Amino acid sequence: MATLKEMASKEELFTGGHRACAGCAFPIAAKLALKAANNPVVVACATGCMEVATTIYPYTAWKSSFIHSAFENAAATISGVEAAWQALTRKGKLDQKFDLIAFGGDGGTYDIGFQALSGAMERGHNILYICYDNGAYMNTGVQRSSATPFGTHTTTSPAGRVQQGKRQLRKDLTQIIAAHGVPYVAQTTTGHWSDYVKKVEKALAVDGPAFINVLAPCRLGWGYPPEDTVKIAQEAVQCCFWPAYEVENGVWRITVKVREKTPVADWLKKQARFRHLFRPGNEGLLEEIQAEVDRKWAELLKRTEESAELSA
Amino acid sequence: MGNSALANEAVKSVALTGNEAVATAMRQIHPDVVAAYPITPQTEIVQIFSTFVADGLVQTEFVPVESEHSAMSATVGASAAGARAMTATSANGLALMWEVLYIAAGLRLPIVMPVVNRALSAPINIHCDHSDTMGARDSGWIQLYSENAQEAYDNLIQAVRIAEHPEVNLPVMVMMDGFIISHGMENVFLLSDEEVRKFVGERKPHYTLLDAENPITVGPLDLQDFYFEHRRQQAEAMFNADKVVQEVADEFAKLSGRQYEFFEAYKLDDAEMAIVVIGSTAGTAKYVVNELRAKGVKAGLLKMRMFRPFPAARLREALADIPAVAVMDRADSLAACGGPLFGDLRAALYSASKRPLMNNYIYGLGGRDVTLDHIRTVYQDLEEMLRTGEVKREINYLGVRE
Repeated sequence: MATLKEMASKEELFTGGHRACAGCAFPIAAKLALKAANNPVVVACATGCMEVATTIYPYTAWKSSFIHSAFENAAATISGVEAAWQALTRKGKLDQKFDLIAFGGDGGTYDIGFQALSGAMERGHNILYICYDNGAYMNTGVQRSSATPFGTHTTTSPAGRVQQGKRQLRKDLTQIIAAHGVPYVAQTTTGHWSDYVKKVEKALAVDGPAFINVLAPCRLGWGYPPEDTVKIAQEAVQCCFWPAYEVENGVWRITVKVREKTPVADWLKKQARFRHLFRPGNEGLLEEIQAEVDRKWAELLKRTEESAELSA
Repeated sequence: MGNSALANEAVKSVALTGNEAVATAMRQIHPDVVAAYPITPQTEIVQIFSTFVADGLVQTEFVPVESEHSAMSATVGASAAGARAMTATSANGLALMWEVLYIAAGLRLPIVMPVVNRALSAPINIHCDHSDTMGARDSGWIQLYSENAQEAYDNLIQAVRIAEHPEVNLPVMVMMDGFIISHGMENVFLLSDEEVRKFVGERKPHYTLLDAENPITVGPLDLQDFYFEHRRQQAEAMFNADKVVQEVADEFAKLSGRQYEFFEAYKLDDAEMAIVVIGSTAGTAKYVVNELRAKGVKAGLLKMRMFRPFPAARLREALADIPAVAVMDRADSLAACGGPLFGDLRAALYSASKRPLMNNYIYGLGGRDVTLDHIRTVYQDLEEMLRTGEVKREINYLGVRE
C-alpha cells in the first residue's frame, strides 16, 4: 500500500470546491478511492448526493472521467464502459488500462439499483462498485432505505406515538454480494482511511468484479456535529454495528480488530436519529438492537474462523 | 435458414426472416458492444447475434444483461465510452427502458436499436401493434419504420450513419412489425460485408470516457441556468436530422440501388383519396390501391418511413391537395382523440390553405389481422366522404367487435 506521504503527493482526481455539506463523508470515500487507483479512472455515479454535489454544470469536481446516467443503473453503466474497453482493446483501437469504479449511495445500491448491481457482479465485469452507505435516502431528505438500521427515525419511518422508527432490520448487502462469489468483497468506513485504501487497492487489483460497502456517515441525517464524522464512523466498528472485514476469493477476514467491544447504545446516543430510543419505555428496543448486533458479530466471527480453517 | 448462411458474405439474395435480416445487418455493422435482453418477438435477434459472437464472426463485446433497463444503461455507458453500441427490444422491454431512452437522447449518444413492434401490456399480448414505439415517440430518438425485412435491413445500416453524423448525434430506433415481419420469410438482398463496413465506417466520437488525456464529465446536474439551452440544442439536432436522413438515403441508394425517402408516396400524384399507414400493412393496402386503380378509382397511399423527426412540411405538400385522407394508426393514444399519427398529421395540415377531409382508423391492435376487406372498407368510407363532403365518423376502430 502507498504510504500517507506518497498518497498526499499524488494528484487529486477528486477536487475541492464541490458542494457537499460540511462534515459529509462521501468526499472522503471518493477522494481516497481515486488516490488508491494506479490507472486513469472512469467513475460511474448513481443519482444521489455525490452526483448532485459534485457535478453542477458547468462545474465538476472530477478530474477523472465521470458519467452519471440515472439512479438505479450505475452498475449497468459501468458494465457498458467496461464492455467498450474490452471491445476497443480487442479491436486494437485502445491501448490503455483503466480503473473502472461505480459509486452509489445505499438507496441507489441496496434498493433501486440492486438488480443492476447483482447482474453486473454475476456477469464478471472487471469493475469496482463502491456503495457509500449512509443508511437512508439522504439526498431527498432522509427517507428510510433497506440499509436503514432497525429503530432509526427517518422521515418515512418516523418515531411517533405508536411507532418507534424503522420496524425492520437492515439488509446485509455485503454478505449478499459475497454470496455472488465475486473475487473481492469488503466493508469498512470512511473513518478508517488506511483500511479503506488497502481495500480499494485490492479490489482494483483483482481480475473481475469487486464490491466495497463503505459506511459514510451523514451528519444531517444522523444528527451529530460535523466535526465528529470520522470518529462516529470509527465507533460504528468499535461497537461491532459495522465490522470492517473482507471476503477475498471466499476467505473471510476481519481487517480492523475490535479490542474492546463497546455497547451499541453508546454509539446510538450520539445520534439524533436514535434519540427516541432513549425515552422511557423503549429500553426493550435498545436491548433488541444490542442482541442483533451481538448475533451478527458472533456469526461473522464464526465465519472468519471457519474460513481460516478451510484456507489453512 | 441456418446461421451458416447468415455468416456467408458471398450470399447476396437470400430468404430471411426479419429477425435474421436485422441480425445479419448487426453482424455486418460489427458494433463494438451489444447489450441486450431477450423478449418475444425480438428474441431471435439476440440469439442469432450470440451465435455470431460464439463463432468468432464478430469481435463485439456481448453483454447479456439482466433486464432491458440495464441493456439500455450499459449501451449508454458503452457509447459514452466511445464504442459503437447497439441493443434490441420489443414492447414491455422498451417500456422498461423508458427512463434511459430519454437519457441516451439527452446525452446525445448515437445508439442504434432495432425494435420489433409488439403490443404493450395489459392485457399481455406478444403480437404486433405500434403502441410500444409510438409511446416512445417523444423520447428524443429518431424513428424509422419498415414495411418488410428488406427495409428493416436497409434502415438499420443507414441508422448508424444518421445517428453518428456530427450534426445529429442522436439515437435511432428502427422498427419492424412483430411476427408479421420479424418471423415472416422473404427474399432479402444483402450487401456484402465489405460494402456495409465501408458504408458505416468507423465511429469518430468527439469525446469519450476512455480518453485518458482528456477526461470528461458526462451527465452532470443541469439546473435552471443551462438545462433549457441543452434541450434547445437537442431540438436543433432533430431539426438537422431530416437533412442527414435524406443524404444518407441518397448515398445508400448509390450503393444498393434502393432509394429511400421520408415516406413512400404510392400513386399519390393524382389521387383523390389516400390512406396513410405505417409498417407491414402498407403492403396489404397497396394491393387494394392497385385493385381500385384498375377500376379507375383514383386511390393512393402514403407509407411513413421516418416518424421522428416528423416530416411535417413534406407531408403537408404531399397530402394537402388530396380531398380525402384516412390515417391508419396501429396504436391508440387512448386520449379519446385518435391515434398518434392522426394527431400529428392533422397538426401538420392545419397551416395548409386547402385541407383534406380526414378520418382515423385504429386497427390491428394486439396482432389482429388486417385483411384486404378492412382496407377496402376504408377506401369505401373515403369515397363516401368525397361524395358527401362530410366526415361521418372521425375516429374509427377497424376490425374489432364493438
